[in-house]
Amino acid sequence: MSAVATPMVEARGVLKHYGRSQVLKGIDLEVLPGEVMCLLGPSGSGKSTFLRCINHLERIDGGELWVDGELVGYRQHGDKLYELKESEIARKRAEIGMVFQRFNLFPHMTAIDNVALAPTRVKGVQREQALVEAREMLARVGLAERAGAYPAQLSGGQQQRVAIARALAMHPKLMLFDEPTSALDPELVGDVLEVMRRLAADGMTMVVVTHEIGFAREAGDSLVFMDDGVVVEYGPPREVLENPRQERTKAFLSRVL
Amino acid sequence: MTHGSEPVKAVPVRHPWRWVTAALVAVFAANALWSLATEARLDWDVVGEYLFSEQIVDGLMVTLMLTAVAMLMGIVLGVVLAVMWLSPNPLVSGASWFYIWLFRGTPVLVQLLFWFFLASIYPHVSIGIPFGGPELVGGSSKDLIPPIVAAIFGLGFNEGAYMAEIVRAGIGSVDEGQEEAAKALGLSRMQTMRRIVLPQAMRVIVPPTGNETISMLKTSSLVSVIAYAELLYSAQLIYARNYKTIELLVVASIWYLAFTTVLTVGQYYLERYFARGSSRYVPPSRIEYVFRNLFRHRRPASEGEA
Ligand SMILES: Nc1ncnc2c1ncn2[C@@H]1O[C@H](COP(=O)(O)OP(=O)(O)OP(=O)(O)O)[C@@H](O)[C@H]1O
Ligand SMILES: [Mg+2]
Repeated sequence: MSAVATPMVEARGVLKHYGRSQVLKGIDLEVLPGEVMCLLGPSGSGKSTFLRCINHLERIDGGELWVDGELVGYRQHGDKLYELKESEIARKRAEIGMVFQRFNLFPHMTAIDNVALAPTRVKGVQREQALVEAREMLARVGLAERAGAYPAQLSGGQQQRVAIARALAMHPKLMLFDEPTSALDPELVGDVLEVMRRLAADGMTMVVVTHEIGFAREAGDSLVFMDDGVVVEYGPPREVLENPRQERTKAFLSRVL
Repeated sequence: MTHGSEPVKAVPVRHPWRWVTAALVAVFAANALWSLATEARLDWDVVGEYLFSEQIVDGLMVTLMLTAVAMLMGIVLGVVLAVMWLSPNPLVSGASWFYIWLFRGTPVLVQLLFWFFLASIYPHVSIGIPFGGPELVGGSSKDLIPPIVAAIFGLGFNEGAYMAEIVRAGIGSVDEGQEEAAKALGLSRMQTMRRIVLPQAMRVIVPPTGNETISMLKTSSLVSVIAYAELLYSAQLIYARNYKTIELLVVASIWYLAFTTVLTVGQYYLERYFARGSSRYVPPSRIEYVFRNLFRHRRPASEGEA
């Protein structure tokens, strides 16, 4: 890895707890621009929580977390740090795309309106312009002809692709995926992974929580195995998958492979 | 299934007791109507005479206006209070809690009287510098709070507290993932509420709001205690002169019934509109339900589709 580029994400000893339960117990990792990092780990290991910290949907309780050289949730002025206001946090979030396990499309809006909403409301793009771009984004995920459909009229795989288009419409510098294919029927997983592969090939920086070992192996640049709130193992996907060094990684992989 | 040459004749289940109870209900109803029409000293001509009289129609208009304005005020206040309640700022949510506690915890009749008699404890109201500074606008509160304002305040502020609870339940019914997705796109808290959460909450908010409106139509009759000439008070003014008490109460009741019926039908279509896209099954309205069951035995073949 190059030492000159500013990491897109940098975590140093990130802590997070809910009440008394410690969910993240000191996460250290680094995602470079253009890198695709896959996060693997058993249920409850804190993968989703860590993703949500990156775009400040959760506030961290300790350690430091930078996105694109800026401390998440703070603004530096001189040598002082100021906590961001709601509106400033929202502006930062707009630069990071997020895709959820359960799609979370807005059911009362058509596919194209789902995609065009944030550009018009958050960035102030003219509606006509936003619709043109939204159509392009839908074409990019292979759904140009379903622009007028409501989410309930789309298959799970199509809904997830609309959700990806919705995130891409904000031209994010980083995309977060939280188990994007876990809620899909097996025959629909392929389409979504294909869209993600192309995105990775286009140079998008991505952090992907997934149980799709094949995707992690082929599209991923690095793989992190998390368990119980810590990073257990980190390295190039093939290395981690084929020669895991830690017992916990071996045990987990033997169950999912 | 048999495949004989003769078609199989399906015999629907017979309900002999339904016929017995139906006959009993019919007898009682007929008797009640008979006595009302003949024995009771009810002068139907008077009812007919006053049904469309100017004073009654004026009162009806006031009742409809009060219902509309108080509901509008209640809905706006309810949304504001519900959003305040969910605010991360404890002072803001505390204010909302206090409002609901106060206005739901006291009878609406007391609140109406309170606004009406406010003039007696604050004979002079003004807007100006607080703590006795110079006043900018001011006047006698008798002029500033005429009965119409007392009526609207009394009904509207009270309704706000109830609507707040309804809106809050509606907001609570929306999947948390929706708010999260909106936030992740960079929408502000207010935009998320307005564009994402509230439109989806409508499905849960609309039916009880319809009930509140129907209830408000009738509750507005309480305003008669502050001598504001809505429908009931108009009827009272008339029977105070001619002593046809029951006849005029029947007149008022006919109008209340007519408009609750209209509102019930309106509510049914509104519910259908807001249920679109979210559910395939739209519950039948109460009227539809009654009729469907009344005529059910006549068309057993269609029962399965219901
Ligand atoms: N809002 C919350 N309040 C309390 N506990 C929470 C909350 N969110 C998550 N947790 C707990 O934090 C732990 C980690 O949750 P997280 O969702 O990050 O796990 P995960 O690795 O994404 O698991 P999965 O594979 O099941 O999605 C779990 O034990 C969970 O119960
Ligand atoms: Mg998770």
